[in-house]
Amino acid sequence: MSEMTEQEARLVGHLAEMEEDEGIDLAKKMLLEEGADPMRVLELCRAAMDIVGKKFEDGEYFLPELVLAGEMLDTIGAIAKPLIKNAPGEEPRKLGKVLIGTVHGDLHDIGKNIVSFMLDINGFEVKDIGIDVPAATFVSEIEAFKPDVVGLSGFLTLAFDSMKETIATIDKAGLRSDLKIMIGGGQIDETVRAYTGADAFGVNAVEAVSLCKGWMGVNA
Amino acid sequence: MSAVVEAPANAKAAYDARWQRIMDCVALRQPDRMPATLFGTFWLAKYAGVSYKQLMYDLDGTAEIAERAVLELDPDTVSPLVLQTAMGPTLDATGYKQVQWPGQGVGDNQPYQYLDREYMPPEEYDDFLFDPTGYYLRVYLPRVMGAFEGFSEFPNIAGGFYFRLFANVRGFLNPALQESWARVQKAGQVSQELAEHNNRFVARMAGLGYPMGNIATSGAPFDVLGDYFRGARGILTDMRRRGDKLLEACDKMRRLLVKQVVPAAKAAGNPIVFIPLHWAPDAFMSQDQFKTYWWPSFRQMMLDLIAEDLIPMPMWESDCTKRLEIIQDIPKGKAIYWFERADIVRAREVLGDTVALRGNVSPSTLTTGTPEDVDAAVKYIVDNVWNNGGRIILDAAFGLPDETPVENVRAMFRAARKYAG
Repeated sequence: MSEMTEQEARLVGHLAEMEEDEGIDLAKKMLLEEGADPMRVLELCRAAMDIVGKKFEDGEYFLPELVLAGEMLDTIGAIAKPLIKNAPGEEPRKLGKVLIGTVHGDLHDIGKNIVSFMLDINGFEVKDIGIDVPAATFVSEIEAFKPDVVGLSGFLTLAFDSMKETIATIDKAGLRSDLKIMIGGGQIDETVRAYTGADAFGVNAVEAVSLCKGWMGVNA
Repeated sequence: MSAVVEAPANAKAAYDARWQRIMDCVALRQPDRMPATLFGTFWLAKYAGVSYKQLMYDLDGTAEIAERAVLELDPDTVSPLVLQTAMGPTLDATGYKQVQWPGQGVGDNQPYQYLDREYMPPEEYDDFLFDPTGYYLRVYLPRVMGAFEGFSEFPNIAGGFYFRLFANVRGFLNPALQESWARVQKAGQVSQELAEHNNRFVARMAGLGYPMGNIATSGAPFDVLGDYFRGARGILTDMRRRGDKLLEACDKMRRLLVKQVVPAAKAAGNPIVFIPLHWAPDAFMSQDQFKTYWWPSFRQMMLDLIAEDLIPMPMWESDCTKRLEIIQDIPKGKAIYWFERADIVRAREVLGDTVALRGNVSPSTLTTGTPEDVDAAVKYIVDNVWNNGGRIILDAAFGLPDETPVENVRAMFRAARKYAG
């Protein structure tokens, strides 16, 4: 992004350092009082999220910071987006498309949401299709969204069979050759990966991002 | 089938020997053999070929299946198998809203699952802290259990005095409250039936020579607030937004939890208090956050239980390997630490002279592996923990995964005897 003014750098700093009140107040001031370009403010938010993501990867930030960062982003986004007058310009090119959901029988979503957030701030276009997703829904969503990567999430041990069945269904629909499948969740390990036939597994959101980057030929 | 199995003549001696193995582990003495424990929920459905729903609603049938599994596998201790599964009628009667269960939101062959929601918005922290009982009665119970809906009208009795006390009594005529009261009484009866079934199962197991590995259950203060009050997003952001309030609530919750579980454990006649932990894992929060927000109230809770001659048995969910040095800070020989994914070999190195260990055959090996794989997994624990003087109670990582093939469970118990006496 282009060079930042002192005020813009302050906004990025507040958000990246989890100074929520200061960050939101400054964003409001810039947007509502000073008439800052909302697209520019959102770009600054992205820059802050890049720092947050990096700190998470480095083991400085954990789930509290990712969740709080996501909420700050939502708050500022809700103020900025209605102020965008013209049709938004061309979106920055995404690294790739990821379809993600929790497999059928499993209602857990905390891990999935964190992975979606991390993929999003790392430049992927993410479509999150929720929890307890039947295999057939994954197939129809793949046909419509045409993802590069499909992420199957599950916390319970019942997810092992659901993942296996979902992957077999995707295979059977002839969709497997155009995409990679990664799995993740509390109990997932190499044994489960081999059992389900997934291409890879990750134990956390950082691994999910580096798997996707690897598949897209981007330096992780 | 319960009726046809006679209690063996040596049941009392067998019971004592099994219990002594657990107590030896707790006291950091190596027992005569590595104890193995049977802890399961819906695995019993797999074992007996019945639906999960049947297990939740057929209390006698569940007790019969549990007994059959115990007699076949011959563990050193047993979990309260009836209490852990046959909750269907009680959940129905209370109209419980924090989980979905077979027939109520999930399929007949799916386990009950907790629903992560915000059950207490942040502005209610002060209400909880000021008057937890009033908050439970008027706000929390009506929110999480349908039977208590009318309790939102419960009269405001605190602060009443002298003739004002009589005036407050009128409030109990409230029709919504009365209707709720009738539902709660019915729910109380159903809950009592479950407790009686559990008591019969416990007595039956004792008669056959099998002690319970635990009966009383509790939670860590932070986890209880996180899972059942604030929800995941709430508790995570509270650490950043209202840390002092969170700490105050953890301390209050700790005292309430101890007040609940001490008499429960004493009434049950079993000193081991099972405490499944949710928010301790390495990946969830930083070491500093763990040391500030999670650990102090839980450590104090364990000390409170130990002071009452109880034995805390936290189950450290997920991977807590990075926390081992921190959680070492409790009195020696007073607790059992059950690990799910933490490196059990490293756990022995760090904690072996402080607590007994429990665990942790991998769920993926149990559910997708062969009996030979399971045998090898048990041998690994024996070679690397038990044979190094480890005081360890063999179990799966969080009890038996529901889907574990029966042959693999047999292999687990067989391997315990084959490799460790």
